Amino acid sequence: MSEPIVPSKLYVGIWITLLCLTVITAGASFIDLGPLNTVVALVIATFKALLVVLFFMHVKYASEKLSKMVVVAAVFWLLLLLTLSMADYVTRLWS
Amino acid sequence: MATAAITAERENYLNREYGIRSWLLTTDHKRIALLYLLSITFFFFIGGFFALLIRLELLTPAGDLVQADTYNKLFTMHGQVMVFFFLIPSIPAVLGNFLVPLMIGARDLAFPRINLLSWYLYIIAGVMMLHCILTGGADTGWTFYTPFSTAFSNTKVVEAGLAIFVSGFSSILTGLNFVVTIHRMRAPGMTWSRLPLFIWAHYATSIIQLLGTPVLAVTLLLVVLERALHLGIFDPTRGGDPLLFQHLFWFYSHPAVYIMILPAMGVVTEIVPCFSRKRIFGYKFVAMSSIAIAVFGFLVWAHHMFVAGISLYSALIFSILSYLVAVPSAIKVFNWTATMYKGSISFATPMLYAFGFIGLFTMGGLTGLFLAALGIDVHVTDTYFVIAHFHYIMVGGAVMGYLGGMHFWWPKISGRMYPEFWGKLAAMIVFIGFNLTFFPQFILGYLGMPRRYWQYPPEFQVLNVLSTAGSTILAVGYLLPMVYFLWSMRYGKLAEDNPWGASGLEWTTTSPPPTFNFDRTPEVTWEAYDYANIAAPEEAPVEQ
Amino acid sequence: MSNSPIAVEQHNPALRHHFADMEQQRQASSLGMWVFLATEVMFFGGMFCAYLIYRYWYFNEFAAGSRSLDIWLGTINTAVLICSSLTVALGVRAAQMGKRKLLVVLLLLTIVFGVAFLGIKGVEWYTKFQEHHIPGSSFSADNLIKEYPQIRIDPSHEQIFFSLYFAMTGLHALHMIIGVGIFTFLTYYAWKGRYTPEYHNPVEIGGLYWHFVDIIWIYLFPLLYLIDRKPLK
Repeated sequence: MSEPIVPSKLYVGIWITLLCLTVITAGASFIDLGPLNTVVALVIATFKALLVVLFFMHVKYASEKLSKMVVVAAVFWLLLLLTLSMADYVTRLWS
Repeated sequence: MATAAITAERENYLNREYGIRSWLLTTDHKRIALLYLLSITFFFFIGGFFALLIRLELLTPAGDLVQADTYNKLFTMHGQVMVFFFLIPSIPAVLGNFLVPLMIGARDLAFPRINLLSWYLYIIAGVMMLHCILTGGADTGWTFYTPFSTAFSNTKVVEAGLAIFVSGFSSILTGLNFVVTIHRMRAPGMTWSRLPLFIWAHYATSIIQLLGTPVLAVTLLLVVLERALHLGIFDPTRGGDPLLFQHLFWFYSHPAVYIMILPAMGVVTEIVPCFSRKRIFGYKFVAMSSIAIAVFGFLVWAHHMFVAGISLYSALIFSILSYLVAVPSAIKVFNWTATMYKGSISFATPMLYAFGFIGLFTMGGLTGLFLAALGIDVHVTDTYFVIAHFHYIMVGGAVMGYLGGMHFWWPKISGRMYPEFWGKLAAMIVFIGFNLTFFPQFILGYLGMPRRYWQYPPEFQVLNVLSTAGSTILAVGYLLPMVYFLWSMRYGKLAEDNPWGASGLEWTTTSPPPTFNFDRTPEVTWEAYDYANIAAPEEAPVEQ
Repeated sequence: MSNSPIAVEQHNPALRHHFADMEQQRQASSLGMWVFLATEVMFFGGMFCAYLIYRYWYFNEFAAGSRSLDIWLGTINTAVLICSSLTVALGVRAAQMGKRKLLVVLLLLTIVFGVAFLGIKGVEWYTKFQEHHIPGSSFSADNLIKEYPQIRIDPSHEQIFFSLYFAMTGLHALHMIIGVGIFTFLTYYAWKGRYTPEYHNPVEIGGLYWHFVDIIWIYLFPLLYLIDRKPLK
């Protein structure tokens, strides 16, 4: 059995952080930050996702690097799809 | 098939259990491979039947065999069946399933029950597809372009889409099984750099299957929802973008062609060293180029959309990337050639197919570069030039790789030798038939004959007649192995463990292997393709 | 037939015959679930791509549609899923420590949270139905046009927003239902005492799946509910 046992206090701490971030992101949407609204929302969402991946899904404690690589690969491929597709839409009106 | 007259005293995976239940409920990767072999051969016949109807119609310039709408269905069903029910599964599901555990020294794949589930999903999808075909089929082209498929076609688009959706999950599960197996179940001493390159090829293929197929799945789902619920996601009159469908569709369907070719390249990389009695030249380059093809293959999809309305700037990006993706493929061709240089070459049937592959794949690949050039593409896109290009790769390449692999590993799979004379003859017939069928199509396309048209100007008839003649020869070439493989199961010479004197763990066990593959878990202390230390077979394969 | 010297492990009833030992089996099933989750990222990813493009094109309609979603229910649902992820993580921990009863309680709580999420989602969808925001022949954006005169709204573009809203939340809900199903099985087997500190991999990988579905919602919430809630001039 190679997975270490994480103290429950840490889980509860992450849980509280996630709840706070949820309230913050909801509240921030009411404040006019211009184009930064979207950025803030996505940054907070990504931070929340990272907390879940690293701590709840044990990636931080994983002995093999393979699960980390799988996560990185999945995110990278998704970004490939999004960016290369958007490259078409963003440049359509250029000429 | 379960009643092959094997006089071996040894127990093997074929004679261990008899009866339909032992096959339909098996979790033995070798038996599942044979289940797939039967199923994909069946669909090959279906897809081939549609191909013959297409070629028959195109014998004359007039549309006189079938109606135009029917012709649309013919090429649609030919494409859907051949791509999703034959080519995509072919080598991975048959040869991959059979060989991956054997080659790495494992007892089975990581998830044997998921392997069986994968086959059942394929069968369910196949039944759905057959029902779709028998009740009229779809007429959208295998590419399902919107808004025709979502708003205007009156045919079985939803059924076809759902059938392919289900088949996609079969593909995903196969890829998942291979990746986990290759990572976790290699025998002691079988390091990554000692793996046969067939394994590297299947690893790369699995990455594509895993990361690409889900996008196709969700896209087909959206098409089905749009058709069923009258949404407007792809409908330009309601603000939708038809190109969004194409982006999502090709994001999978371009890497899909690498799913079809990489395993064939893996097969060739096993055959060439064996029949050159020489280790592969540049092992690392072949391994890395497989991974490179898998990754770069995801960066080029919009080269299918150059004239569809994407921005010029993104077209430029995708054009350059498409040139880049040719590089790793070319590297492989150099490696195969360099392996043969100063090798001791023999011309057994598998090697004939490998030669055919190298030549025809190179031609197909080079013509891809024509298409990747924006200016030329405007002229030849949606013409027979494209059709010739992809058939050179998928038929001249992938199918020849598949046949070469079937011949190479047939002794291991069945415990019998196929008749070598007929093997060579069939290979020649396939090669001649193939070139006669598809080379004229390059010319036709360049001269301007559009694809998917059921009638054409009379000046194109001679080339079309040549192509149809070729297709009948090709059909004969394909039928021959089916006959003599079956014949060999009863009358073929019994095969030794390693009739080719080949490297690889699969050849160290019996032909056919026992259910659990090895009597003792192998411990690997030698490098791959160790031909310097492997004796060549004492006699050439006996001609029967 | 294995060369492994650990005879005791080979007699673990949970060891499947093609694996050399329990550790290999555990690693294989974990890797299998991670790889599967990667495919799920791409599965949802296709819809995120469609969303991204249409939000770029039709920001006004997306903003209006987003405003019409109930932010309280959305926030509460997010919190519900976060609580469920906590119970899952604590459940895996309980399995690691061999605490059977605690494990069963935590798995049951997870199911309760999951069902609560689905219930709230059902309420939200019903509200959409009442407001004629379900895409199809009965779709109407009139109430949005009336409510937000400051935003230029094209009804067909608005329908695209709601098509994506239902497609994405629907696919997510389907995954939640499957998750609840999986956890029902896990709870049953946990209650039967199948999971021990040496063998509790199904709980671990079931947990991975559940966390993944939570992460999808962590992104869906701001992307659907929080597009633009700035006070209108």
